[in-house]
Formats: sequence, C-alpha cells, structure tokens
Amino acid sequence: MGRLIRMDASGHSTLADWTALDEKAYDAAVEAFRRELDEGYIGVVSEGEGHATQVRELPRDADLVIMRRPIAGG
Amino acid sequence: MEAASAPLPELASVPWRSLEDEASLPRRARLWTFFTTAHVVPFIAAAAGLMLLNPLAGPVAFVALMHAWIIPELYACRGANVVRPKGARNEGGEEVAQGFLGDLLGHHARDLQRETGLVMERGKLGVWLVGEAGALLVSARRVHCFCVRAGDDELPPSDRIAHLLLALRSDETGFTTVANHAFAGAPWRVRRRLEARMRPALAEATRRSVRPPPQPSISV
Repeated sequence: MGRLIRMDASGHSTLADWTALDEKAYDAAVEAFRRELDEGYIGVVSEGEGHATQVRELPRDADLVIMRRPIAGG
Repeated sequence: MEAASAPLPELASVPWRSLEDEASLPRRARLWTFFTTAHVVPFIAAAAGLMLLNPLAGPVAFVALMHAWIIPELYACRGANVVRPKGARNEGGEEVAQGFLGDLLGHHARDLQRETGLVMERGKLGVWLVGEAGALLVSARRVHCFCVRAGDDELPPSDRIAHLLLALRSDETGFTTVANHAFAGAPWRVRRRLEARMRPALAEATRRSVRPPPQPSISV
C-alpha cells in the first residue's frame, strides 16, 4: 500500500493512501500530490538509509512518498 | 548515499553558485586556513615587535595577542553555531516528527540523534552531521560548517532535520551548493564551541571520516 504524507507543523499529515489495484484511490492520491506540488512542496521517495529520490509524478509502486518544503541557505 | 537522479530544485534559487564537489571543498578549507593565518600572524608579529622595541608596550602587545586569539575563535564559533537550535520551536508536533525521523534512520543513527540532536549520514563528500538549521561535513580532517534550513518556521525540530536529511540524500552536491558555507577548520576548533551534548557526534563523525565506508558483505 502506498502512502502520501506531508511534513508540517503537526509532525506529518497523511494526505492519501492507495493500493496498486485501487485506481480511484490512486487517482485521488495523484490529485493530492499535484496540489502539494502547486503549493511549492517537493516530492521525495525515501528508499531506506542513505537513499532518497525526488519525484515529479506520484509513483504507483512507492510505499511512502513524502512532501517536503524547499530548503535554503540560512 | 548515492548520486542523485535529479538535481535539487532549490539550485534554481542560487544560479550564481558553481556546484560544490570533492575538489572545491579542499579549496575552501585551504582558503580558510590562509585567511586565519593572515589574521593571526600580523597581530603576533606586531606584539613581538612592540615588545622588542619597548617592553613598556607590553599592554598593547597583550591586546594584539588577544586579537590574534579571538578572531579565529569567533570564526570557529560562527561555524559551530550553524547546528545550534534557533528561533521559535514548535514542540507540539515533535513527538510525531521524532518518530518519523527515526523511521528514516538506522538503529545507531537514531540513538545518536536522540542523544546529540544531530543525524550522522555518510555521503560521498564525507560524513555529515545534520542539525535543525545547519549541517557539519567532516572531510579530509576538516569540518565544513553549512547554514541551511527548511523554509517553514512552524515545523517541529525533528521535521526540520528530516527536511535537510531528505534533501541531502536526494542530491548531496546540490545540498552542499544551496547551503551557505560558514566556516572550515580543524575539528578541535569547532568541537570547543559546540554544545556539550553534540560533541560525541562530531568525535564519531571525525573517526568515521578517516575510515573507508563499510562495504556490503558478499555471501558465497
């Protein structure tokens, strides 16, 4: 099962979850994902220790997709 | 940590910077050594010269020596300050954020983060220590201090670290370029100015930086 979460003031919020067979849930997750991208968030798939990949499209087979805010030099 | 599949989008906000890499960091370290020497040597020479000319100038020579000491100390302090927690801290969501950050880390890194507040991460440029609003990179017996933060002041402390960690894992070169380089110097110079709880993390990162990364075992 895939899960889309956003890191925010509450720690994190679950925006959507889906399974490979549930097309409707996946479409809803894609919509939520695009909405977050439009808000300026960046999608990242964590691939275990030391590995992460940025994504512009919601990968259907990902277990966890994280939306993060952009970083900047302090 | 492996090379990123795509560069960090945040690079678009610093188009004037050239990408940091294995060659540029030692150059930065040498530049910092040069500037430190350029600050210290004239003051020491002035103090020695004054004492030779007239021992009654001792107090002025002392002031010159104090300058030679305090200027490098201030630079090192600036470096250590990058990992000091800053600003308003949203502790409300911290428990959830801490759990989420823990899920991103291995067992040892998780324990170290809870004790020291810093996440240790090995990259191709060296060993990183990621804090809430900055990161230290231990590489070639030098500590590079970077000021960098997530663009949301409402985030709980552990989520700030998670933001930086995910960006670092996505594109280490991009992360190093986006971050502001604040200082480079010997680990002992930064260590003295770090919060006491963070010092073990720097000691471990320094030890690990001189050892090759562990290779995955191959079973036959």
